[in-house]
Amino acid sequence: MKIYEMSAGELLDKKENGELDTEDILNAFRERIDEVEDRVRAFITVSEKEVSEELADMETGGELEGIPLAVKDNMSTADMETTCASKILQGYNPPYDAAVIEQIRKQGGVIAGKTNLDEFAMGSSTENSAFYPTRNPWNLDHVVGGSSGGSAAAVAAGEVAAALGSDTGGSIRQPASFCGVVGMKPTYGNVSRYGLIAFASSLDQIGPLTRNVEDSARILNVISGHDKRDTTSVDREFPDYMEFIKEDVSGMKIGVPREYFAVDFDKEVEKTVKDSLEVLQEAGAQIEEVSVIEPEYALAAYYIIAPAEASSNLARFDGVRYGSRSAAEDVSSMFTRTRSEGFGEEVKRRIMLGTYALSSGYYDDYYLKAQKVRTLIKDRFAELFSGYDLLVSPTSPSTAFKIGAEKDLMEQYRADIFTVPVNIAGIPAISLPCGFEPGAAGWFSDYGASLWRRSYSADRLYPGTEVKHRAETRTLEN
Amino acid sequence: MSATKQKTVYETVIGLEVHVQLKTDSKIFCSCSTEFGGAPNTHTCPVCIGLPGTLPVLNKKAVEYAVKAGLALNCNICDYSKFDRKNYFYPDLPKAYQISQYDKPVGEDGYIEIEVEGEEHKIGITRIHLEEDAGKLIHEGTIDFSTGSLVDYNRSGVPLAEIVSEPDIRTPAQAREYLVQLKSIMEYLGVSDCNMEEGSGQKEFGIKTEVKNMNSFKAVEKALSFEVQRQKKILDSEKKVVQETRAWDEDLEETISMRGKEEAHDYRYFPEPDLVPLEISREWINEIKEDLPELPRVRKKRFIEEYGLPEYDAGVLTDTRALADLFEDAAAAHNEPKAVSNWIMSEHLRKLNEEELSPGESKVKGRQIGELLNLIEDDTISSKIAKDVFEKMFITGQDPEQIVEEEGLKQISDEGQLEAIIEEVIDENPEVVEDIKNGKDKAVGYLVGQIMQKTKGQANPQKANRMLRENIKKD
Repeated sequence: MKIYEMSAGELLDKKENGELDTEDILNAFRERIDEVEDRVRAFITVSEKEVSEELADMETGGELEGIPLAVKDNMSTADMETTCASKILQGYNPPYDAAVIEQIRKQGGVIAGKTNLDEFAMGSSTENSAFYPTRNPWNLDHVVGGSSGGSAAAVAAGEVAAALGSDTGGSIRQPASFCGVVGMKPTYGNVSRYGLIAFASSLDQIGPLTRNVEDSARILNVISGHDKRDTTSVDREFPDYMEFIKEDVSGMKIGVPREYFAVDFDKEVEKTVKDSLEVLQEAGAQIEEVSVIEPEYALAAYYIIAPAEASSNLARFDGVRYGSRSAAEDVSSMFTRTRSEGFGEEVKRRIMLGTYALSSGYYDDYYLKAQKVRTLIKDRFAELFSGYDLLVSPTSPSTAFKIGAEKDLMEQYRADIFTVPVNIAGIPAISLPCGFEPGAAGWFSDYGASLWRRSYSADRLYPGTEVKHRAETRTLEN
Repeated sequence: MSATKQKTVYETVIGLEVHVQLKTDSKIFCSCSTEFGGAPNTHTCPVCIGLPGTLPVLNKKAVEYAVKAGLALNCNICDYSKFDRKNYFYPDLPKAYQISQYDKPVGEDGYIEIEVEGEEHKIGITRIHLEEDAGKLIHEGTIDFSTGSLVDYNRSGVPLAEIVSEPDIRTPAQAREYLVQLKSIMEYLGVSDCNMEEGSGQKEFGIKTEVKNMNSFKAVEKALSFEVQRQKKILDSEKKVVQETRAWDEDLEETISMRGKEEAHDYRYFPEPDLVPLEISREWINEIKEDLPELPRVRKKRFIEEYGLPEYDAGVLTDTRALADLFEDAAAAHNEPKAVSNWIMSEHLRKLNEEELSPGESKVKGRQIGELLNLIEDDTISSKIAKDVFEKMFITGQDPEQIVEEEGLKQISDEGQLEAIIEEVIDENPEVVEDIKNGKDKAVGYLVGQIMQKTKGQANPQKANRMLRENIKKD
């Protein structure tokens, strides 16, 4: 096994028994980036720090000592440009590290670079990046998913051992499923958002993209915790998530939401997810069909709430203090030109949607109603989780599609149908690879199954290891 | 028969929105200093300049001050309150939204009582809410030819309490008194200095029009009077007053249209997702309530009853908490309230005015004023010398006894010592003595003046007067 194919856990073990040292690890991943990055384009910025400098600056004795990680380029880093894949933030160098970056550095993790995304995390293919699309390491003509596409690709391509993404409506789980990695969205409030450039504040949550569930738990351990700088981060006792990966699923009650499987989606995906349910059943889990609120309602609420918050969150990019500024004769035209030239189509569309939803006279019909729907969905899931340990759904209605494929806008938004309810309810969910087969068109597709839990019980998500990764022997296309 | 055109009598209806800067040490959502006068952009951090990714953390002190103010204004304090975003673009607003409170303010349904020309009025308080201040634009060049603007974010994030009155105010004079009362209450509570020049008090008011930019109480009264006359004229000519926002121009002394209703902002208020709702516990509210000081109107009443002061004195003394405290401390040391009041209202206030100090900034303590009056009473010094002593006390903050001791200002009451000086004066002024003997009693004053001159004012004037008369009579 090559060094760059190893998980963080394996790398740490090899260091422990003396087979590898940090320098070997950092060099191996550097070389891997040099080898494949031209084709994959997972990164917007690759750290220019020499390996020797990294070694000198690194905290020692931590949980992630010497492990190279990639972070999505919407998390502030004091030593690297932070662009959100937008022209409007080009050249912006934050004067501070996001809370999660601090945590990773404190545990000896090495930030290898900042990964590509759909501009301001709006999209699900990473094609909305203002710079370039990231290509799926398993098939370069296909998308990586999004918006944390760069992070998923960097892990899948072996450019880093693990990565951080952010998930507002599926942005960690969907690219994880397209790239065959593990993507986890923690409970809202589990991880500090301080330093994460907001898309939709009440939905955004940072989480890990990893090769396996053990790494997912390991990284969740590092980034979880109360942060005084984020009042929406919860002040409570945090468990050691690594403890829970040893538990098995036998005796667990798993609900399969009927309404989710009633949605019209890819039959291959459906079959693979159902096969996984059998795996879980064989392992002793009790599988039952359950009735939930139709996912269409969560989708509708999401496409009101997220753009509404985004329209306000993105208003600060006005050219006054940082980022790009377009010259104009007066202040108001400067605002208009800066924003017209700096934002891409999808971002502008969502700002307009959100502005409309919040406008006086429309607020009650849209934003307020969406919030009421949200409460109903939240309550329904809370109720369900009193009877079930887990819910299982597909992650995405399809597998990775071709880059540049014509897509109807409503169709694109609809593709978030299995992931947004989790954000609307604020609960944790993990996407695990559950299939990898040659597709009809001769390319490979990854399938993801999502496991959902009630709030603050991500621990119990990890027995999901039973859903085995079936393509352990596959290698990257050259 | 022709109809006589009746002159319409209009009713003026005024409501005021007042922004009060809360004097917390740090800003409302970050730990930057709120101190006034720092070099531009030195009291800033990623949070108050709204850098992407930063989040607000609510300052507990600001909430405490708002609750305190709300209680003093007889408001119901809401145990569930929340923050909202008010969205608009302006270069001094770093996040392009102001964190404010929309439908769940800290306090609601209060009132304050004012008295104008002997009449009591109760002015309703609709609400008091918390919000953050914006930065400040500094324009380069002239108004006609500006070369650009600079932004100073030192003020950005300074906590403000917005106090909104009901439209219960009927005259500009009432509006002014309302503001005087409000300022006095805030000062008593110690939650704000209400210092207009530094921008810690900002006022807006609405009749049918909204007028902004009135930066002193006088300006408010003038602007309101102007606006009442302006609207009267429009109505008399049977035209309509348009709904608009106007600004008071201090130099022209008139209001100028800023923007019409069509240009009114849609602020797209929505709940601030970065802050959890604010739950204010009953226990905390009660704790704050118990800590409330006696408020100006109650204190004024007590001064009249307890100290027997005239209403005017009580009003002046209770205008600020610092002055009222000074009076009570002085009255505790010198048991003649009216004499204490006289001294403070004449000497002390005169000095404060001269030195341009607020009552809270004075070095003199109330106890010291009482002691000074004791020294006059027991003839240790004359009231004339006392004024000199007070000048020194005011500058140095020293005790009056110490000044009298160090400078040898003790009054000469010793009869032997005085007799010698009197003899001298009589010898030097034989003509004047003759005049007195011939019944020109007024001339006595001249000779007493001579005695005072020789003793550098330290002679006990009553004693000198009596002994001088006896001496002249005896000749």
